[in-house]
Amino acid sequence: MAEAILRMTGIGKEFPGVRALDGVDFRLLPGEVHALMGENGAGKSTLIKVLTGVYSIDAGEIELAGTKVAFTGPLEAQKAGISTVYQEVNLCRNLSVAENVFIGREPRKFGRINWREMRRRTAELLRQLDLAIDVSKPLSHYSLAIQQMVAIARAIDIDARVLILDEPTSSLDAGEVAQLFRVMRRLKDQGIAILFVSHFLDQIYEIADRMTILRNGRLVGEYATAELPQVELVAKMIGRELAELERLDDRPPARTSDTLVEAVELGGKVAPFSLTIQEGEVVGLAGLLGSGRTEIARLLFGADHAATGTVRIGGEQVSLRTPRIAMSKGVAFCSENRREEGLVPELTVRENLILALQADRGWSRPVPRKKQDELVAKYIKALNIRPDNPEMLIRNLSGGNQQKVLLARWLILEPKLLILDEPTRGIDVGAKAEIQKLVVELSDGGMAVLFISAELDEVLRLSHKVAVLRDRRVVAELPNDDNLTTDVLMETIASGAAK
Amino acid sequence: MKTLALPRQLPRTLPRNYLPVLVTGALFLAMFVAGGIRYEGFATGQIILNVFIDNAFLLVVAVGMTFVILTGGIDLSVGSVVALTTMISASLLPSTPSFLVILLVLAIGGTLGAAMGAIIHYFEIQPFIVTLAGMFLARGLCYTIGTDSIPITDPTFTSIAQTHIVLGPDLWISPSVLIAVAVVVLATYTLHYTRTGRNVYAVGGNEQSALLMGLPVARTKIVVYTISGLCSALGGLLLSFYMLSGYGLHAVGMELDAIAAVVIGGTLLTGGSGYLLGTVLGVLVLGLIQTVISFEGTLSSWWTKIVIGLLLLIFILLQRLIVTTGATRDR
Repeated sequence: MAEAILRMTGIGKEFPGVRALDGVDFRLLPGEVHALMGENGAGKSTLIKVLTGVYSIDAGEIELAGTKVAFTGPLEAQKAGISTVYQEVNLCRNLSVAENVFIGREPRKFGRINWREMRRRTAELLRQLDLAIDVSKPLSHYSLAIQQMVAIARAIDIDARVLILDEPTSSLDAGEVAQLFRVMRRLKDQGIAILFVSHFLDQIYEIADRMTILRNGRLVGEYATAELPQVELVAKMIGRELAELERLDDRPPARTSDTLVEAVELGGKVAPFSLTIQEGEVVGLAGLLGSGRTEIARLLFGADHAATGTVRIGGEQVSLRTPRIAMSKGVAFCSENRREEGLVPELTVRENLILALQADRGWSRPVPRKKQDELVAKYIKALNIRPDNPEMLIRNLSGGNQQKVLLARWLILEPKLLILDEPTRGIDVGAKAEIQKLVVELSDGGMAVLFISAELDEVLRLSHKVAVLRDRRVVAELPNDDNLTTDVLMETIASGAAK
Repeated sequence: MKTLALPRQLPRTLPRNYLPVLVTGALFLAMFVAGGIRYEGFATGQIILNVFIDNAFLLVVAVGMTFVILTGGIDLSVGSVVALTTMISASLLPSTPSFLVILLVLAIGGTLGAAMGAIIHYFEIQPFIVTLAGMFLARGLCYTIGTDSIPITDPTFTSIAQTHIVLGPDLWISPSVLIAVAVVVLATYTLHYTRTGRNVYAVGGNEQSALLMGLPVARTKIVVYTISGLCSALGGLLLSFYMLSGYGLHAVGMELDAIAAVVIGGTLLTGGSGYLLGTVLGVLVLGLIQTVISFEGTLSSWWTKIVIGLLLLIFILLQRLIVTTGATRDR
């Protein structure tokens, strides 16, 4: 085996309160496409940022071509031969294509930028990537796919030995992906080591020679793509919850059979799908990150616009143009981004709790303080929020308790459909079990729940039926009977079809 | 083999970026023609030259402001730095050689600008607040020197003030105009033919991207505020030649005139797009409005402000329109 061009050993990186990377080893061989795999929060982005000098490391060492390196910024990493193309194209759209390729190292003649030479060399470089465009036009003039190619052109022109492609395909169509892969193969043949990140498993299996899997900031292992079946890959990425969770009985079918929500051919950012949710039913959405789970939730909450299809709630056809309309129909949505889309960290537990209720009533009718205190006391007790001090600033609570406050905020409204997007992510096992129990209790009380989680065990334990997503498409809807196991779910996610 | 770049539309004869500049140019022409028809003795070359003579200092200040706005920043301190420059010049000139005074005020302007730029970048504070503080500081310093207007009698300054450079029959400019034009030429070269200039556009386009592309973002941001400070000090000197006095109440609100000129000249306040030629035209339009109103005779000079206000509004709406239609077209 060839000597590794890049070797990272025992990399550790900590952010306040989070251990993002913990003793991760990673190596990259010249002339290979190496996939970096892992769910959200596994540490992929952190590892890439460490490698490109955006973050400094707390532990471990990085060797490039046998020499120890410590980059203090992206420029240094670039000079050493590590170029990166990020998920969001990190170029300046206001500048011309040629400038975007050459800015910072423009060809000069007597100290003056030689625009003609710059355009000529850019055109030549892009021709190697099968791209014939007017390089003097601003980058914003072209599609995202072309912008991506320009970013790659810039990266490889800086004499890259290591090329990092961080989710370059997330916004490309099939033809564009094929072109990107042709370029990647050509670069690989030139001996460039390519680090490739993508959530599309098919693409990984098409292009990657080897892969490294991360989970929760730790290394799971390094594998040859050809020797690791998709099912095993998914299992290694998601992992199993080893902690002993309180056993919940297999779910009996929902008691009522009144249809609450009926979506027909609803589509937008996801391919059109049909889904019915009964009163008191828990419907799980399973799929990898980026498979369209959150998009379905946002469609049903009116946060995204539907391009096609209809929704009926309680038999009545509704047009979910805004979240406000959805809320008035009894839909509540607990976002996966607790910090950005849910909590107001500078407010107290009580203030955070009554936020949705107050918004529902309108600002001209404040909730009386006495009623606030009653409600808050009730939900703090019911959800076992600790510490049980309603006047504490919410940012001082643990993640699990913050999540419970968010849940309570929506429960006060007594919704008919509660959408939970990753309610247990990043919280400790105890709080996780409590939230799971709560979901069961709510559904027993007649509330319909749409439950989204990356953890298949959890989805399986709580749901009456599971819709499986892959590549922004609902590929299967499986009733949760004795035959449905996490293995079956993984199989479905990996193969993209129900067996 | 499939190529990605199929032409999506017919090539536009007119790049969208130049549109605001062209509109401003057309506006200037239209105003000049209309003035020529309405008032006797308006349509002469000297009228345009007078606009340059009366606004040379504003032009220089607006050039500095263009650099700052191109990075997406703003510099509110320029008017105060202009006043401070006139004040320092007027108070030192009786006892100090004029070339030393000139070097000193330029150094002070540049240092103030660099300091504000460094604070803006390293402490990640909004340019608005930092330069607002700079504005109060510089204006306050004027009054520590003196609360009254100080006349300038220095022979160098007065001779520059009285020099007429004759360009032709009935056509003349002041040395200040030459200086202002030189600044514009130098700045245009910097923006379009040096790496620093292109970095200014890159930072204004997307600061995060510029950083990830390995561009010297910190240096660029500090440099633009330094340039703005230098331009303000130079503008202050030109104002000293024009007024022959130093006064703490000189150039009150000039920062806003400079911003207005830059915006009317088609530079996006969000940064990354605009041309110095636009700024020159913006200053000319502002100057011509004043000329028209003085020709009208009966109108109060406050009408200048009203017209500038309306123009600003129209140009900002125009820009928004160009940006949004451009965005949908590019998709």
